[in-house]
Parts: sequence; structure tokens; C-alpha cells
Amino acid sequence: MSSGAGARTLFEKVWDAHVVRQAGADTPAVLYVDLHLIHEVTSPQAFSALRERGLRVRRPDRTIGTADHSTPTTPPGPDGRFSYDDAQAAAQVAELERNCREFGITLHALGDARQGIVHVIGPELGLTRPGSTIVCGDSHTSTHGAFGALAFGIGTTEVGHVLATQCLLQERPRTLSVRVDGVLPPGVTAKDLILGVIARIGAGGAAGHVVEYRGSAVRALSMEERMTVCNMSIEAGARAGMIGPDDTTFEYLAGRPHSPKGAAWDAAVAAWQRLPSDDGAAFDREVTLEAPSLEPMITFGTNPGMGIPVRSAVPEPDGNAALERALRYMGLEPGRPLLGRPVDVVFIGSCTNSRISDLRLAARVFEGRRVAPGVRTLVVPGSQQVKRQAEAEGLDRVFRDAGAEWREPGCSMCIAMNGDRLEPGQYAVSTSNRNFEGRQGPGGRTFLASPATAAATAVTGRIADARELMG
Amino acid sequence: MTRFRARTVVLPAEDVDTDQIIPARFLKGTTRDGLGQSLFADWRYDAGGRPRPDFVLNRPEAAGAEVLVAGHNFGCGSSREHAVWALRDFGFRAVCSTGFADIFRNNALRNGLLPVQVDAQTHDRLAASAGAEVEVDLETRTLALPDGTRARFPIDPFARHCLLNGIDALDFLLAQEAAIAAHERGVETA
Repeated sequence: MSSGAGARTLFEKVWDAHVVRQAGADTPAVLYVDLHLIHEVTSPQAFSALRERGLRVRRPDRTIGTADHSTPTTPPGPDGRFSYDDAQAAAQVAELERNCREFGITLHALGDARQGIVHVIGPELGLTRPGSTIVCGDSHTSTHGAFGALAFGIGTTEVGHVLATQCLLQERPRTLSVRVDGVLPPGVTAKDLILGVIARIGAGGAAGHVVEYRGSAVRALSMEERMTVCNMSIEAGARAGMIGPDDTTFEYLAGRPHSPKGAAWDAAVAAWQRLPSDDGAAFDREVTLEAPSLEPMITFGTNPGMGIPVRSAVPEPDGNAALERALRYMGLEPGRPLLGRPVDVVFIGSCTNSRISDLRLAARVFEGRRVAPGVRTLVVPGSQQVKRQAEAEGLDRVFRDAGAEWREPGCSMCIAMNGDRLEPGQYAVSTSNRNFEGRQGPGGRTFLASPATAAATAVTGRIADARELMG
Repeated sequence: MTRFRARTVVLPAEDVDTDQIIPARFLKGTTRDGLGQSLFADWRYDAGGRPRPDFVLNRPEAAGAEVLVAGHNFGCGSSREHAVWALRDFGFRAVCSTGFADIFRNNALRNGLLPVQVDAQTHDRLAASAGAEVEVDLETRTLALPDGTRARFPIDPFARHCLLNGIDALDFLLAQEAAIAAHERGVETA
């Protein structure tokens, strides 16, 4: 569907401004990429492909690397060396370092003051800009859409395409408006909002679409909350998630290391103010939710679409084979609530919920309380900058005093590549983004929830409604 | 690759995510090779590394099957191209489903793994006849079942052109250099 009378959506404006060559009858559009983020896991084979063909990186200045997925979250030893889970992980990170050195790419390596999870450092460094196109070999690249960027994950072959040409061949996605109106009730967070959206439209419900989150409840979110929402767009199958930039966006970006300065800043803001969807712009599909009806959410199953309000009962499968399978894996009985169920591990971190506001929220729950006996609790800041900020505010003391582990930045137990993992059969409440079978370690069982729910679960030892602790 | 005949193996699960296709702990390599042995690792092997006899890929009749039939939204989740490399390395040449996750579909097409999207009725027939020999024809974009059913499948025309003619999409992009440079001049001097 095209929008009427010249009115365009945010997505259409960003797309149109980046088309290098229009789609033809038999060729997709060639889309320019403003910012290419790379990490150790999905880039080595792309660099190998460049070497095999004798190609250079076309725009190293538009490429930024960080190591986050398979990196240890324990501090370096007295000799300054990091203790990797295995030699393969160490070799993969060394390969990223070599590739960035040889191809002239800035790398925020382990130990660098700007290192962190790729989707945390992009925004905090001001690399993420409204109206830009951003890609990374990582599905949670959708995070950057919170700024009104068109940001999406790509495979390694396409990482090679972008390294070599700064462009991608792209079929134009459709658009889906997700409107959330009204005021979120107290104790209901951005994580609950997005888990509610995914539960509504399903794990594949937005496939082929770029989602734009709109409505007064979305406008009221902080930048970090918007990032949490856009981050999980991929969990509904969306190509990307976007939010129109506004004063909240500009205030966040002002003064960041890579943000424009002086007259360039004023010009940038003027351009960014023209990005939001025009009145009357048409979307291919529309979904509406009422913020006042949302509650703290938790997942019970093995994909992020299997979510329920934290006080609700696990649904009856009613012959749905996928639900039956999920409940079998999770060891859950239908018809009973999750509330009060004991857990083994609580993980607070990931590109979804590891920013300073997430840690502040968790710390409010931990303050003056102790982690329940037998519960292992990890708090993993999203970046070195988040870690420094949290320590400056004394949050690390709150977590340590409560009996939680305060660790170094990285993806950690969200993806369990670095040694931080669940043991088979263990239950975890996790602020991450995926509850797939074994995602947090083979045989591990994940309940996805907000940092508030996770912290409340840590201190009670059982799945909890944080509103009861926070008053 | 224009046309091939192969037997099917049926994985009756929906929303098969790429963490199942290849768990993250197998992503620490720096090459594309040898991932087939870790395909569906946590479904294929028990905690001791022994094959689970009840998993479809471990059954004798699955040997040599080159077409995987799976439920809706196949390949959801992570962007890891390793999922496609693992399926290819194991020997699969096509996956049939009623729907694919976007990134997985792109990755599959870049590696000669055909994402054959079929309607629910065709999918039911495929699921009910595991081990059947089907014919996949990329030229005509048709899937032929042994019962005579023929289903057309959609496929990105450019990806199809590349696969049929052995063209690397990167060559096409590299040939756009003048347009890319013009775009950069327009933006960066604005």
C-alpha cells in the first residue's frame, strides 16, 4: 500500500533517502548503509570472503567493531589477560582484532573504555542517528530503530556485501503500525509493553514488516525504554522496529561523543524533526493496544510470543502441539500460575535490559534486601560506560550487598557463549530477549521478564510481582 | 542448480528458531565448514552426545533426505548464517514451510538452500508423506509431489537469477560503484 497525497511514513522517508538504485522488475533495490556494526561471531567469514577476492572495506569510517558475544564477564587477571571460556572463543576475538587492524576499522576491544554490547554502545556513543540506516550481523540491531533509524540484522554473506560496497540488496518490506495509547499503569515497564505486543501478534506475526511503534504510551517512554521495545521487534518476526524521533531523542543524543556539534547539530535536529510519519500516512497493517490494560508480563513457553501477565495461569494448550511441546520442555502444568514458582538463576542484562535505567530499576528492588538462598543472580551491565555510571551511583554496592554477582559487560547469559550459562533443567528469570530451548545453556529453562520482575524474583526466590515489593 | 529430485524428512514443529538449528556454543569458529555435525545438536543428541533414536534426522529413513519439511515461521530468531551453513553441510538443498523468517530466507538464498514456501494444504500433504520423493524446479518455481500435486512457490526473482546462472550478488553490488559514489557525494556534501 502506498500512502496518499504524498504523506509518508517514517520508514518510507528513511528508505527513500537511502535508495542508491531503485528496484527493477527483476532486481531488488540497492540500499545504502550509513553505519555498519560488527562483532566477533558473525564477521570472520565475511572478512575471509573479502580476502579471497582481494577486496578492501569500502568505508572503514562507517564501520565500528566491538567484542561482546563470546567474551568473558569476569575482570582480567593481574597480568591484564582475560580468561576466555575456551581457546576457540579467544581465537575468534583475536580474529576480529586482526581483521579490524588490517582493514582499518575502529574496534572497541575487550578492555577498551567504550567496549560493550554492540546495541548498547552504538546509541551511547551517538553513532546511532535518526534517519540513518544501520545494519549488523545480529538480529537485535532493531534496537537502534528507537531513534528513528532503519536498523536491521543481516547474515554474514551480507556483512561481506556491506564491508565491500556499503550497500545491500533489499526487497522493500511492508509497514505495520503498532499503536499503544494511554498511560502505562504503575509497575508496568517497557519490557512488559513489548512482551504484551509480541504475545498479541505472535512470534512470526510481523514477518516481512517494519514496525512503527506509535501512540501516547510510546511517546512517553524514555530513550532507553524505547530501545527495549524496538530491540524485541525481531521476536515478533519484524524486519525492524522504529519510533519517530522527538525531543526525547534529541535530548538523549545531545553531547554524545559522535553526535554533531554546534551548527551541525542544529541542522541535524532540523532534518530529524521532519522524519516522523506524516499525518495521513498509510500503513499496510495496524494493531492497537491500550496501555492501561497492560500488566507486568512473563513468558511461560519457548518463544517470546508465549507470554502472559505475571499473575495469570499458564494457558491450556487445547490441542496446540507447539504449546504442548513448550510446556513439556518447561516442565509446567497448564491452568496454574507461574507466580510463586521457585527459580535457580536470575539474569539481569542483555541488549534488551542492561542500560543504566534498567540497573537503577533493579537496584530499587534490591536495596535493603538479600538475594534468596540458593538463587544465583548475575547483573551484567551492557557496556563499560554503563558499568562506570552504575558504580558512580553506588548501584554495584547495592547488587553486591544483596548477594548478586556484579560482572563485566557483554552478552553473557543471554546467549551463553562465554561460559555464563544455565545447567540442564535449571529455571531462570531473565531480562534478555529469547526463551528458546537451551538458549541460556543446554536444557536450561527461561522465563523472560522485566528487570523489576527479575529483581523481585531474586530476592524472594520465587517468580514475583514486583509491584508487591515496590509499593 | 535448476531442478532436483530428493526425498523429504519431516520435522513437525512450528517456529523452529536458529538456536535449535545450531546452538550458539557452535558459533565460535571462523569458517563456514563442518557445521552439519552440530545441526539440531540439542534435539539430535542427548547430554552425553549419543544420538536420540526418536529424533527424525536420526531415523534410518532420513539418511540421504535432502528436503526438510518443517512448520510455520522456520528459522526465526538469531541472524546466524551458521544455521543455513549447517543445513547445507548436512546435505539439505531445500526447506519446505508455510513461512520463513526474513533473515533466514535471505541467508538461505545466498547459500543455495531453497526456501520453498507452500500453502497449508500442500504442507499437510508433505507432512503426511514423509520420505516421499519430491521434485524441486527452480526454473519453473514448482514443487512436484509424488501424488501429482504441483505447487508454485514464490522466490525473489534476483536470487533465483543468481542461483540459476551462478552469479554472486556481490558482483552485482560491486558493479553499482558509480551510483554508490554518487549517493555518497549527494549525502556527504549536503
